[in-house]
Amino acid sequence: MAGRKAVELEVYLDLLSQPCRAIHIFLNCNKIPHKVKTVAIRKGENRTPEYTKLNPMQKVPVMVDNDFVLTESDAILKYLATKYDVPGNWYPRHPERRARVDEYTAWHHTNTRPHAAKVFLMEVLLPHMTGQPADPLKVERALADLSDTLEKLENMFLKRQPFLCGDDISLADLLAMCELMQPLGGGRDILKDRPKLLSWKGRVQSALGDSFGKAHTVLYSLRDRSKAKL
Amino acid sequence: MALEMYLDLFSQPCRSVYIFAKKNNISFDFMKVSLLEGEQYGEEFGKINMIRKAPAIRDGDFCLAESIAIMKYLAEKYQTSDHWYPADLQKRARVNEYLSWQHMGIRMHGSKMFWLRLLIPKIMGVEVPKDKMDGALEDLEGSLKLIEEKFIGDKPFIAGEQISLADLVAIVEIMQPIGSGLDVFEGRLKLSAWRDRVQAEIGKELFDEAHQGILASQEMVKNMDSSKLQIFKPKILRLFL
Repeated sequence: MAGRKAVELEVYLDLLSQPCRAIHIFLNCNKIPHKVKTVAIRKGENRTPEYTKLNPMQKVPVMVDNDFVLTESDAILKYLATKYDVPGNWYPRHPERRARVDEYTAWHHTNTRPHAAKVFLMEVLLPHMTGQPADPLKVERALADLSDTLEKLENMFLKRQPFLCGDDISLADLLAMCELMQPLGGGRDILKDRPKLLSWKGRVQSALGDSFGKAHTVLYSLRDRSKAKL
Repeated sequence: MALEMYLDLFSQPCRSVYIFAKKNNISFDFMKVSLLEGEQYGEEFGKINMIRKAPAIRDGDFCLAESIAIMKYLAEKYQTSDHWYPADLQKRARVNEYLSWQHMGIRMHGSKMFWLRLLIPKIMGVEVPKDKMDGALEDLEGSLKLIEEKFIGDKPFIAGEQISLADLVAIVEIMQPIGSGLDVFEGRLKLSAWRDRVQAEIGKELFDEAHQGILASQEMVKNMDSSKLQIFKPKILRLFL
């Protein structure tokens, strides 16, 4: 990277990663000019010396805005929402409404994200890496934790409002939805028996338009391959 | 109506909110919530905060949980000094970057150490198996290394020249394993130097006041009635063992 300056916004993404999809969708939905650099984690592209120099933690996503390198999708999305002229609903300026989005995005890290990711890890990633079948007890435990999170989403955040933080879509819904899509990679639709969450998903997809489907093509392919195996 | 803050100073995020409010002379009613006694599961608390976690605030009609959301809200409302949560886009992003990473990056590991060393032996009546303890220690050490090298690096504070919410959130998490008798600063010169700077900025008196409870943990846990803590058994089995 030394000596070469990015002339526009660059994002390093692996579309199998949930937070990467959230960024991809946000950029496309808001027509923010950018360049996507694909990093295929399954091929070890995050462990090359060049990538490690960019991000010693060897993770995705990474954003590079001229010289400014930023990790953590939460921080990246808030940076983009502030820097570019995006509609106010994404990350509202009103303190109480903004606080609601900050509240969800904090809670997300220890609830939605790990619980949805673990199901995918147990059912798809680990078996793929080890060649061993999924451990049914561990999958069951992961599903129980996820079920608990889904109930909280339904009964707390979505109790009296169409989106997680109010009347309109925000960064919260974007991050949550991308996480909840992940188990689909293993052929599992975790929302199928939850009408309230399915309605919410419908509203989110509607608000995001084409960008949602485009970001999820890689995951859908994985789903199709997983289903073919079952 | 005064700002109400529902806090239990054994909890790291409660300490950061407490220190932030006090340091910035934000007046509030301290509403004590005893987490180990399960008060967060009570009906009253459920009205304040559906997520049933501390810290939580009630500002008139507005209720809010999650320490990070709370501090950002207070910083905005009370127009605290810029360095806490800088208006500059890139500096703010650096603070947000740490605040995002830390949930799983350090919070989980520091908390776990506290549970493994103090609470679990008390509640379950047995020492935690060595391999679990070693694994947890390794995770914690990895996190501390990242904090030293990536987040602090050669700077005096995480976001640069001045203290911010990032340092405050970091220090309270790092103090948690100390409460369990594990001196995480030993052998870590850079981290120790950073801690000294953070403590100086916060003020020793306020820092010590906030940490009085947690630093007396070993004694407190020894004297606790373990039968009252049995409600945590299922959580322990699920999360740690």
